[in-house]
Order: sequence, then structure tokens, then C-alpha cells
Amino acid sequence: MITSGKGGVGKTTTSANLGAALAKRGHKVILIDTDIGLRNLDLVLGVEKRIVFDLVEVVEGRCQVRQALIKDKRFSSLWLLPAAQTREKESVSEVQMKQLVVDLAELADYVIIDCPAGIEHGFRNAIAGALEAIVVTTPEVSAIRDADRVVGKLTDAGIPLRLIVNRIRPEMVKTGDMMSVEDVCEILQAELLGAVPDDEEVIDSTNRGEPIVLDETNRLAAIYDKIARRLGGEIVPFTNLSAPGFIGRLFTLWKAG
Amino acid sequence: MMRAFESPAASSQTVGAAGVARAELEPVPQRAAARGRAIVITSGKGGVGKTTTTANVGAALAAAGKRVVLVDADVGLRNLDIVLGLESRVKHHLLDVLEEKVTLDEALIRDKRSDNLYLLAAAQTREKEDVITAQMKALIETLRDRFEFVLIDCPAGIEMGFKNAVAGANHAIIVCTPEVSAVRDADRVVGLLPNDWRPELIINRLRPHLVKKGKMLSVEDVNGILRLPLLGVIADEPNVIVATNKGEPLALDATSETGAAYRAIAAKICGQDVAAPTVSLSGGSFLSKLGSLFGGRA
Amino acid sequence: MFDFFKSLFKPAPPSGETAKERLRLVLLSDHLSLAPDVIESLKRDLMEVISRYVEIDSANADVTFEHREREIAMLASIPITGVRERKAPQAFELVATAVAEPIAAPEPVAEAQRVAEPEPEPESVAEPEAVAPEPVAEAEAVPAPSAERAPQDELELAIAPAPPVPKPKSTGTTNGASMTASNAPIPRRRRRKKYAAAAAAGAAKRAAQQQAGNQASAQA
Repeated sequence: MITSGKGGVGKTTTSANLGAALAKRGHKVILIDTDIGLRNLDLVLGVEKRIVFDLVEVVEGRCQVRQALIKDKRFSSLWLLPAAQTREKESVSEVQMKQLVVDLAELADYVIIDCPAGIEHGFRNAIAGALEAIVVTTPEVSAIRDADRVVGKLTDAGIPLRLIVNRIRPEMVKTGDMMSVEDVCEILQAELLGAVPDDEEVIDSTNRGEPIVLDETNRLAAIYDKIARRLGGEIVPFTNLSAPGFIGRLFTLWKAG
Repeated sequence: MMRAFESPAASSQTVGAAGVARAELEPVPQRAAARGRAIVITSGKGGVGKTTTTANVGAALAAAGKRVVLVDADVGLRNLDIVLGLESRVKHHLLDVLEEKVTLDEALIRDKRSDNLYLLAAAQTREKEDVITAQMKALIETLRDRFEFVLIDCPAGIEMGFKNAVAGANHAIIVCTPEVSAVRDADRVVGLLPNDWRPELIINRLRPHLVKKGKMLSVEDVNGILRLPLLGVIADEPNVIVATNKGEPLALDATSETGAAYRAIAAKICGQDVAAPTVSLSGGSFLSKLGSLFGGRA
Repeated sequence: MFDFFKSLFKPAPPSGETAKERLRLVLLSDHLSLAPDVIESLKRDLMEVISRYVEIDSANADVTFEHREREIAMLASIPITGVRERKAPQAFELVATAVAEPIAAPEPVAEAQRVAEPEPEPESVAEPEAVAPEPVAEAEAVPAPSAERAPQDELELAIAPAPPVPKPKSTGTTNGASMTASNAPIPRRRRRKKYAAAAAAGAAKRAAQQQAGNQASAQA
């Protein structure tokens, strides 16, 4: 599950791009949008016009899960199960969610649950289905505080978690106006899975419904690919975001896995 | 002790459970000449700037001499206190008041910079479902009797937290960024508000250089979909992050353009005939400076 | 006023640093379910209590909290500048290991008791209860004092939470750090009462004996 507590830190963007990165590497990936009522994963992937059935209809038995899954046209092994837009999060129970994820896990290598903001019903549903969690945060006070609550709840539920620090602005970290990745990991006492810099191209890519990993010239493509590899258990050095021409200069911040 | 926040007559004479007198609050007329406005600041999408807007508009209104109370309705994930720099003063919270564990006066936190500005913090270790809508409504009614403006910081989403934040309010401000997801969610939220409300729009975190390149929705694009009266447009500014780091709202910074925008929004809310602050898309070293800050590329 | 002069000579830190510090306090408050001002009071009270026994350099004292595997430990590093005359011991036990100023070869610093950890420690501290969810007060080994402060010793304190007694002095939450009495000498108030009771009993006994003696002599 991909969660954060705070809204707007990049859960959906991360879900879409990580799913796409895993699919690029040949894995079978199913993305589930659990933000019932405020769905957006379809929009970020650009498949919003192809929605026929949704998550709620699947759990209510009004369609088969395969009928609801939307196959991405750009990746041969990426599917989306969209959320319902005119229903409420309480329309799906934790038991139903768990069963759904079990069913989907038989069809795919990775089932990625895009969690809504907050720690209420939608979050609890996602926990019911998840075996591990990725907590997304930005290096900002409010986001870290909310992430901390989520880390606490995940730990209480016994779900292993790792951190993605998103929308880092290296120039602000340098001047001390933004906390560093190390600061964030230390405060949250969590293992780092990935550090993603702020990139205004993401806005444009969402506008077009094309995940940024499709653009090989953008540094985020390589970064998400590394995250995908780490998710698979590989130990991959972290990119140094602050060095000029950072592609050429790598160092290990952490031993992953 | 429902009297504590149901009856204005009782509330103005309330003393704390520990016998602490209302030293913090100046005497308020039993019933103000006109009841205060209760405005919920909402968006649907998270992270677009509701809390920042609530804090800054509140601070600007207070600086203009209005009596303002800010209510953090994000139970479980409170942040209004930290944006205002008041986190170390939070002793009691909204649920303590609703559950009658403390009086309203004990829970209200006066801002450290302005005597006119108060905060009612959210509970951090509780759930949004713990708030009973009828009680929330009654509380907002009481606050309207004591303050000229009650600004309610709504949590993200459209579930119980949203419903409770809207209960008791009589006006809404929608905060939206020029991004497809945010516009979509804002549109949904507008549809869920009472039909007789006319919510106003603040477009936040506009990046003029991206709009110019066609890589970001413009104000016209956004409001072409939402079709709401425009209260203001605020440019994306890294100083907002710095301001939150320090707990000092930009509305109180005379040198900040964002602060000026919030002050103009406050003036408009007060009914002054000011133009909605907008962000210029053309020219100027300010924008090129903005561009270099947002470029972010190695 | 003093803050104004302080700000003249000490430049404001970058806001990222400020953010970190505020966040730490806020998270601590969230985890302990203690209001931030209670945490500040806790620190102040701790310093005040310690200063009843020893003179401390409060300007250079540091009390922090550290998250460890989802429990929280309180770490106090408090430079001692002198020792006060001991009055009656108070309600908690201090296990102190003085660390000599390393003029010649530095003595290895005895590690302060880590009360929350299960492995047995060589120092004689009251056996810790399983206090895993509660914050534990302990002192870290302090780095060797600077040459300017050479004559001063730095004291390592392990403040052991002893077996709980009725009415602990915490501020009302089960997560608050609790320092309770353990094998401590009886506080003065109770001693007075005890002696008074003993004196009364002795007087009554003597009176009874005298009466018996009078009766005996009367009968004789």
C-alpha cells in the first residue's frame, strides 16, 4: 500500500510511476485506486475514458474483477482497478478488501494499493489488504507529522514499511530552508526506499495522463526504476540529488533491504 | 455542561474547571450586533493549501482588527497549530470541548502575535468519526456569537471529517491548485455543499511560467470548469515552506507578495471593494526569479 | 529584552533547523500524549530537582528524548559544577558514577544503566520492571569536558524507575516518566509521625508501669 497521511504529497503519482516502472521491468502489476469518491489514479494514468466498472461494483459482485481491470496500452503488464466516483469509502469493508487483494495477487506479481489521504476508513481498508507499505512524505513539517502518525499505525498493525521522500528541492536543502532526506528518515525512524526530487514536469505529465517514467530523458524515470529495483530486493545506491550532473556521481546513503 | 457552548449567556461567564478566570478573552457582548460568519475552507484534494490559507486569511483578518477564531477540524492529523507556530501551546482540543471535558475558554489558544486571533486545535490521537455532527454544529453556533469570523480548516476528502467541518458553517471557500486532480476534486466538493451556498474560489500555487508555456492550467481554465466567484489567485512561493518551518504566517510579513495576496483576500472577505488578487503572467524579474527557483534541474 | 540581545549576537538558524526542532517536540508530544508545555515542565523540574543535590551548569545542560524502536528514552547531559550539602534524600534513588577529568590517561567511562534493555548490567541498580512503553530516564556517557572546565566533574546519572508504589508523582498519564521511591529512607514527615507514635507508646507504657508500681506499692 502506498500511503502518507497528508494529502497532496504524491501518493497517486508514486503509485502510477512505480507501477509503470515495475511493468517496464517485466513484472505483472495491478494498481488499485481506493480513493472512492475522489478517484484520480485513472486521470494520472490517462485511462479515465476507459472506465467501465469499478472497485465497488467488483466487491458487490456486480461484475467480474477481470471486467473491471483496465489494461494500460503503453505497458504490456500494467492494469488499473479504478475507484468508484459516486460512492463512499464505507462501501467497501476491510474483509472485502482483503479478499480482493488475495484474488488479485494470483493474477499479478505486484498489487499496489493507492491509499487515500487520511487515516480513516480508506486507510484501514488498505491496511487490511496490504503485506507491506510505502509511506510517501515531503520534507515539510506537516507532511512529516502526518507520516509519523501513519508510521505508528502501520507499526501497530505489524506492517513493514519503507519511506519515499518526495518533492525534494535540493537548493532549499542546501540553504537549510528544507529538511534533508536524512533528517526525514531520522525523524520518522524509517528505512529509505527512494528520494525523488521536485520536478515541475510531473504537473505536465499528469495533465497529459502520461506517467513521467515514459519520458526517458527525465531524471525521474531513472529514479523510479531504482525504486522498483529496490522493491524487488536489489541493493541500489541512491542518486545524489545535490551534485551538479548528478548522474555521474553516485554514493550510497543506505544499505537497502 | 452543554451550557458551556450552547448558550451564549452562559459562555461569556464560564470559568474553567480549575477555577481559572477568563483572563485571556476580553469581555464580549452577550450577543453581537451581527452574528459572525462561519466559513469552511475546503478542497477535496489534499495538499492544496487549505491549512495554509486558513492560517493566513485568519491572521490577515485579525491584523485588520477583526475577532477571529480558527477551528482545526482535521482530527487525527492536526496541522493548523504548527502552521501558526502555536503547537507548544496546545493543551486541549476540539473533542475535549465537545465531550465537555474542558470549557471552550480553556481550549481556545490565543495567537502569540495578535490578541484578536484564537485557535481551537484538533485532537491528535482521536478519529474524525468521534466527532458528533450535531455537537460540532452547536459549537460553531456558539463561536459565531463570540467572534466575527469562524474559519474552519477542513480535512482532505469528503467523508465524515468533511461533513463535520461543513456542519455549522454558512459559507465556503474552495482552495484549488491548477492541476487536473485538484480541479476534479474541487468540482466534486462544490456539488456536495448546500445548494444555497455560493462558495468562492482561491486558486493556489499558480506557476505563471508554466502557464505561459501551456504546461499548467490557467486561471481561466480552472474557473471555466468550476465557475465560482474568484476570491484570489496566489503564486507558488518557496517562502511558504519557510514560513511553515518557522510557524510564522506570511500574511504578517509586510514584504511578502503572498502575504499581500492573503491580506487582499481578507479585505475582500470583509466586504471591501478590492479586486481579487491575481498573479501577473507577464514580465518582470520577480517571475524570472520564480522560474529559477522552480527550475530545480541539475 | 534578553532574547533581543541574544538574537543580535546569534544569527537565526535556517528555517529547516527550526522546523526539525519544532517537529521533534511535536512528535514527542504526539507519542507521549503529553502536551508540549508539560514536556517543557518535565525538563525544567528535572533540572531543578538535580540542582538540589549538585550545582549544575544549566546553560550547558541538555535534556533530550530519543526514539528507540518505538519506545522513547530521555537523555540528560548535565554538567556538574559543585556538590551541595546533602539534605535528607528525596523520593528517588540516584546511581552516580563520577567520571574523572582525563588529565593523564582517560578512565573508561562506565556506561550508564540502560534500564529498558534486558541484558544484566554490572552496576547495582534496582532491577528494572518491564517498562517498555514508558519513557525511560537515563544519562548518556558525556564526552570529556573541555579544558576550560577542567576542575569540574561530570556526573553520569542513571535514574532507575523503581518498583511502583501507590500514588506515583507523574502528571497523570501512564506514559509520563515516573520516578518513584525505592528502598529510600523514610521521608522526614513520616519519620516525625513514627517517632511521635513511638514516643506516645513509650509514655503510655511508662505510665502503665508506674501505675502498676503504685498499685503494687499500695498493696504491699
